[in-house]
Amino acid sequence: MSIITDHDVRYVAALARIHLKEEEVGQLQNDLEKIIGYINKLKELDVSAVEPTSHALSLENVFRPDEVKPSLAHDKALAIAIEQRDGAFKVPKVIE
Amino acid sequence: MKLHERTAHDLLDLLKDGQTTPAEIHRSVLGQINEHDDKVHAYLRVNPAESADYSGTQPIPIAIKDNMCMEDLETTCASQILKGFRSPYDATVIRKLKESGAVLIGNTNMDEFAFGSSTENSSSGVTRNPWGLDRVPGGSSGGSAAAVAANEAIWAIGSDTGGSIRQPAAFCGVVGLKPTYGRVSRYGLIAFASSLDQIGPFTKDVTDSALLLNIIAGHDPLDSTSADVPVPDYTRALVNDVKGLKIGMPREYFVDGMDPEVKAAIEQVKTVLQDKGATFVDVSLPHTEYAVATYYIVGTAEASSNLARFDGVQYGQRRRPAETRKNPLVDMYEETRDAGFGPETKRRIILGTYSLSSGYYDAYYLRALKVRTLIKNDLEKAFEQVDAIITPTSPTTAFKIGERSADPLAMYLSDIFTIPANLSGMPAVSMPCGFSGEGLPIGLQIVTKAFDEEMLFRVAYTYEQNTDWHTKRVEL
Repeated sequence: MSIITDHDVRYVAALARIHLKEEEVGQLQNDLEKIIGYINKLKELDVSAVEPTSHALSLENVFRPDEVKPSLAHDKALAIAIEQRDGAFKVPKVIE
Repeated sequence: MKLHERTAHDLLDLLKDGQTTPAEIHRSVLGQINEHDDKVHAYLRVNPAESADYSGTQPIPIAIKDNMCMEDLETTCASQILKGFRSPYDATVIRKLKESGAVLIGNTNMDEFAFGSSTENSSSGVTRNPWGLDRVPGGSSGGSAAAVAANEAIWAIGSDTGGSIRQPAAFCGVVGLKPTYGRVSRYGLIAFASSLDQIGPFTKDVTDSALLLNIIAGHDPLDSTSADVPVPDYTRALVNDVKGLKIGMPREYFVDGMDPEVKAAIEQVKTVLQDKGATFVDVSLPHTEYAVATYYIVGTAEASSNLARFDGVQYGQRRRPAETRKNPLVDMYEETRDAGFGPETKRRIILGTYSLSSGYYDAYYLRALKVRTLIKNDLEKAFEQVDAIITPTSPTTAFKIGERSADPLAMYLSDIFTIPANLSGMPAVSMPCGFSGEGLPIGLQIVTKAFDEEMLFRVAYTYEQNTDWHTKRVEL
């Protein structure tokens, strides 16, 4: 039985906002099948009493003083825009 | 020895004695690039000589992996999606390098977004290993490793998420250091996996590694995950003495699949360090076999989130399909990401999205974070008994170009020895410890406790001073 179906690949690709070409779906299904098959190795371990580690350094709540400091100039930030208009980033129309 | 073949500390001595000039060193390096980079392809872009400023205190030519932002210069992560992107600011490491007077030579090739172990996943062509042009340089920082090995840079900067500095350093016969997580600011490093990524130096010897870490290390208010702990002068840790130190060789690292020449080279390292007074202790890291699986869940989950920002909205490339599929905005996201990302990048984003998605989060992502704890605990326990751990950096020497590119899983498994240091945050270095019968470099990895780079440098320096691998230079 396959672990990953082509439906799964399309569904996850949509979540990841990637449009896949037809030939990419089959290839990815095949690759993920093998990779997830290998990753299922983690199920051999009993981790019921283990705390998760999300970060190697245990830091919490790193704050800085709330002071106004110089920041990137508007025109400098906007210079990287793909499209711009009236000093703002321009994107395709979202609402009809 | 020609100027471009020398180490940075050697060149700094020559500069101090007035025997050369920064411009002369830079010219020598650029000459080497002109002559040989069409074969090696270490660089994506080389900055024009006229733009160089030689007025700083350490005007040493340095190569930068193409995932660190440099003000007004292009940074692409070797991806089509960032083609033409010019950062409006400098990464903190770049700022620190500029303050030291470093001469930025150019940007080096890499696996797209650092996803790979061979630099074959670059969208701008493969980099070749200077020690065997039919071989990969390793990855993902393959361009930086190859540039240093080919004497096309005096030293270089890379980033390491699962071995991306150490494995290419091993394959290319140079010294590659992944500092403790938090030791070097990640501000301006285009993120792959934020809990694992760390920036570090590629150098021709251990002394240069300490010198370059001195320049880039330190707390940064712009990176809240950088550690607010004092940074020592690492050159003081360059002590040729390991008397009384306890060193571990984890038994799980010396099992099936290891290249016998690699195994023999590491056995030789043991003899050298024993002769200098170190004691070897048997240590066990029982969860080693789960490291790759853990890493490919944690790393891809974080990557899928980090790479969500490349969507055609603000910068880089934007694509739109000819006909409407969903709505204009979503169509733009999806088409931009399909056209802009290469196959491995898509694979990792989709794997990461899968493990974070509803119904799989507990089974994969949360479980992997728990196994990460077990792997970290193994190492912490081992460091109760020993001062340092030594292992091969990679189970094999550099493989052939194309040999593993069709099988993602086989490629992932080449990182088995380097991943635990990223999952645990501990510092680790790879340095040359021999050559195979085919003339390919073999890498030794040394790992120490978090924030104990000094112990790392002490063991590495002692080994280096009692061998001569670091004096070898490639003939191109």
